[in-house]
Amino acid sequence: MASAAPLDDAVVRRIARLARIRLGDEEVSRLRGELGAILGWIEQLNEVDVSGVDPLASVGQATLAMRADVVTDGDQTEAVLANAPARAGTFYTVPKVVE
Amino acid sequence: MSYIIEGATGPWELVIGLEVHAQIISRAKLFSGASAEYGAPPNSQVSFVDAGFPGMLPVINAECVAQAVRTGLGLNAQINLVSRFDRKNYFYADLPQGYQISQFAHPIVGKGEIEILLESGETRQIGVTRLHLEQDAGKSLHDQDPALSFIDLNRAGVALMEIVSEPDMRTPEEAGAYLRKLRTIMRYLGTCDGNMEEGSMRADVNVSVRKADEEFRTRCEIKNVNSVRFVMQAIEAEARRQVAVWESGEAVQQETRLYDPARSETRSMRSKEDAHDYRYFPDPDLLPLVIEQAWVDGLASGLPELPDAKKARFMSRYGLPAYDAGVLIMEQATADFYEVLAEGRDGKIAANWMLGDFFAGLNRLGRGIGDSPVSAAALGGLLDLLADATINGRIAKDVLEAMMETGEPAAAIVESRGLRQVTDTGAIDAAVEKVLAANPDKLAEYKSGKQKLFGFFVGQVMKAMAGKGNPALVNDALKRRL
Amino acid sequence: MTDTLDFTIAGARNALRAKTISARELTEAHLAAIEALEPSLNAFITVTPETALAAADAADGALARGEGGPLAGIPLAIKDLFCTNGIRTTAGSRILEPFVPPYESTVTRQLLRDGAVFLGKANLDEFAMGSSTTTSAFGPTINPWQRQGSNTQLVPGGSSGGSAAAVASGMALGSTGTDTGGSIRQPASFCGIVGMKPTYGRCSRFGVVAFASSLDQPGPFARTVEDAAILLGSMAGHDPRDSTSMDWPVPDYAAACRRGVKGLRIGVPREYHADGMPAEIERLWQQGLDWLRDAGAEIVDVSLPHTKYGLATYYIVAPAECSSNLARYDGVRFGLRVPAQDLTDLYEETRAAGFGAEVRRRILIGTYVLSAGYYDAYYLKAQKVRALILKDFTDVFGQVDALLTPTAPSAAFGVGENMDDPVKMYLNDVFTVPASIAGVPGISVPAGLDGDGLPLGLQVIGKHFDEETVFAVGQALESAAGFSAKPQIRVGSLR
Repeated sequence: MASAAPLDDAVVRRIARLARIRLGDEEVSRLRGELGAILGWIEQLNEVDVSGVDPLASVGQATLAMRADVVTDGDQTEAVLANAPARAGTFYTVPKVVE
Repeated sequence: MSYIIEGATGPWELVIGLEVHAQIISRAKLFSGASAEYGAPPNSQVSFVDAGFPGMLPVINAECVAQAVRTGLGLNAQINLVSRFDRKNYFYADLPQGYQISQFAHPIVGKGEIEILLESGETRQIGVTRLHLEQDAGKSLHDQDPALSFIDLNRAGVALMEIVSEPDMRTPEEAGAYLRKLRTIMRYLGTCDGNMEEGSMRADVNVSVRKADEEFRTRCEIKNVNSVRFVMQAIEAEARRQVAVWESGEAVQQETRLYDPARSETRSMRSKEDAHDYRYFPDPDLLPLVIEQAWVDGLASGLPELPDAKKARFMSRYGLPAYDAGVLIMEQATADFYEVLAEGRDGKIAANWMLGDFFAGLNRLGRGIGDSPVSAAALGGLLDLLADATINGRIAKDVLEAMMETGEPAAAIVESRGLRQVTDTGAIDAAVEKVLAANPDKLAEYKSGKQKLFGFFVGQVMKAMAGKGNPALVNDALKRRL
Repeated sequence: MTDTLDFTIAGARNALRAKTISARELTEAHLAAIEALEPSLNAFITVTPETALAAADAADGALARGEGGPLAGIPLAIKDLFCTNGIRTTAGSRILEPFVPPYESTVTRQLLRDGAVFLGKANLDEFAMGSSTTTSAFGPTINPWQRQGSNTQLVPGGSSGGSAAAVASGMALGSTGTDTGGSIRQPASFCGIVGMKPTYGRCSRFGVVAFASSLDQPGPFARTVEDAAILLGSMAGHDPRDSTSMDWPVPDYAAACRRGVKGLRIGVPREYHADGMPAEIERLWQQGLDWLRDAGAEIVDVSLPHTKYGLATYYIVAPAECSSNLARYDGVRFGLRVPAQDLTDLYEETRAAGFGAEVRRRILIGTYVLSAGYYDAYYLKAQKVRALILKDFTDVFGQVDALLTPTAPSAAFGVGENMDDPVKMYLNDVFTVPASIAGVPGISVPAGLDGDGLPLGLQVIGKHFDEETVFAVGQALESAAGFSAKPQIRVGSLR
């Protein structure tokens, strides 16, 4: 485990940026402590020998069921847009994105 | 054939790999029951699953899986009976869930290959690394409002196949041939319509340059190029740019770029500058996708004849050279046209006429095989008149031109215009006599040993007969008389 | 006649069919209870009297015609994590405050199909992340129980604390919850009622706002084991719209309650004797084993060697999944939006304003453990430990039919306690998380009171899709315990 590398403010800011959550300076330093404590506690997993163990993504014992290729949904523009905090006609809108 | 950029420091070689996003032909989307059809009014083909509403869950469309398997079979690729879906996490306005469901770690199709045909007639094998299933994103419209981007989610969730090649290509021509061949295979299979203008097939191009026998250097990815021609141009432009960067003593930076066809140059994509950390992990809403070998076998037995098999058959059955066969199979419709034409006729002659005068005629009209004014049966009628010596080859060209213009059958044109070949030896002999009498000087030269003038006399006789003389009989008559 | 608000679901069903009470009367009584108790408890985010009364009238009509489903006229509270068509669904979060789903979750659709009356949407920890129902954007829910001689406000447990408090206080006959690491079982224990987490895949997650998809599982709360079995019978079943929902037949759970435990082998996992567990919980656990032995079960000492790593595993897997599941709350298509000039600002401001501290913390932990360079060390490692934990359960269930453990390491604690240290709060789930990790079913049954007079639950854990044995053992405990204590804050207490 990537142990003992204490979280610094830059790491907290980087993951907050990845998660698109704005943090104030005070919050960054508080979270550095909290997240560091949680991650430190999690490091107890270092004790477990997992050699030769396949990772388990889901306890579901079946495999994926497939549906038929039939159009059963859509044609509900108003319902899809009804909760939108901003719209123009039948589009959602966001501040202009520059590519 | 080799494509080299001569730089100030010597020759540079190109290394090209392609990632093609091909929209799967299906009625509904990959994980929802909304229609996948192109061109509907904005946000009219959106389920709550596609729009990433709370509590909505994906359920996979069997036909999309089948289409991916068919395509894999068409690429002679390994079909993985167990595959899995991961989430690729990133924020973007037209990515409603905040992640794209994609087969990152365990694709449904593994290694395969594509044989490409070059102008030189050579063929090359290009490796396919993998093919995986994933969802398309929605569409952002940036030109509707000065301050806003508009979001249409009709495409969000439509099934895509991402087909990744090995970095096996060395020239823009090879990249173009790869794309065309891939498109041909998918069109044969009915798995993707390959329409690059509508975006149902898009290419991301990885380009790097290197000196001979070097390891690979840093590559750049040119995103979302939307025609075969632009792919080839983008590669040239990007390779030239990279050579200039290296030769100026700088290093090429790995980055995502866009191709601007108007300026014939690539430029860095600003919005992609953020170092991406996609945090892939297995999608917990989906179990492993497990398919049975028997199901794969069933799909395999239902496949149509594929382009390479058709090409081999055209070569063996009709005696065609590889290049001609390769061109004829490029489009299913062309191959079908050819097969009707060649049925019961000389395959080589049929191919020559199709690839020569017939295609030239279509080109002049700006039409394709699908809306040709001359059907395969009609063109066959022309070849039959040629075969039974009703007309000769020269006249046949004129008849075909008339057919293309009028849509009338060959026989009717021959009859109405009196184009039947003259096989009456009396008429031919008379024409011969007339020509010889009119050219005593040439006759004298011939007699004194200038054998090459034989062709002159043939031409003159045919001209005297308005092109309708049977060439063999004209030859015979001249030989006898001379 | 039984006091209207003391009905069990089974009893109310009989009374409705015998016409000794109407569905409207039953619903009106519960709406009145809500009106009386809500100022003290805050168990609901949204109360829906009109739709409740309309549903009650419909149930009366159906019953009059001799029709009516198995839950006709039964008033329930619905955790505000289940999307309800046309009724605001908030997940306890500011970011979903204005959200009105245009669709119905499968579980609630099935309850409605069977005639249930929905009283409203119950409070919860924000996005089901918590063990106390104090992280809700709509204020904490208060436990109807109080320590003897104290009016300190206690937490109802969480995350389904509103659902548990509503049933415990008599505001609803039953309720729905969801359990990701203990969010049904722990509040059931804290509130002195029955809470059942079924096998992962037993109830559809379609329309349930996702927290951690590989762990989330809907389940019922009720005041008796039999009532929980009746509710699960309506909630369970295969749903083609949830790819992780399993196509197994739904048995008669209520009938399974009457099977008894004679001849069953009940395992006691020795690793659950946690350091620092209060002696009275140890004693209650022992008492429970004695009850089962007396009822004819055989008690077997077993080992689940990796379960002690369950919590640490959980606090990698659950945040990882939540960091991805909550990416859709971006202010574009629904919910809160903080206007901004630039798309990134819009995302960052909206999510900063919309998510509370605990949700932000978990999103950041999850983002970190999935990020480049850390995935193998954290997420992949956790998945491997998860495989070992599942194997522990599989091995043990080769030897025994069910396990008995305490539900939680303590009784309800005070509002504001355990808030300073997230890890301390996480330890509440130490006994419930392993079953979640393995996807096996578990039930919490009230079994006794601690020295302060607060309820304590015992947990029965069963094999995958063997809820029947879990109910049978739970019923045996309930019968032996004869738990009849009542919370201080309930309708009767105000009369």
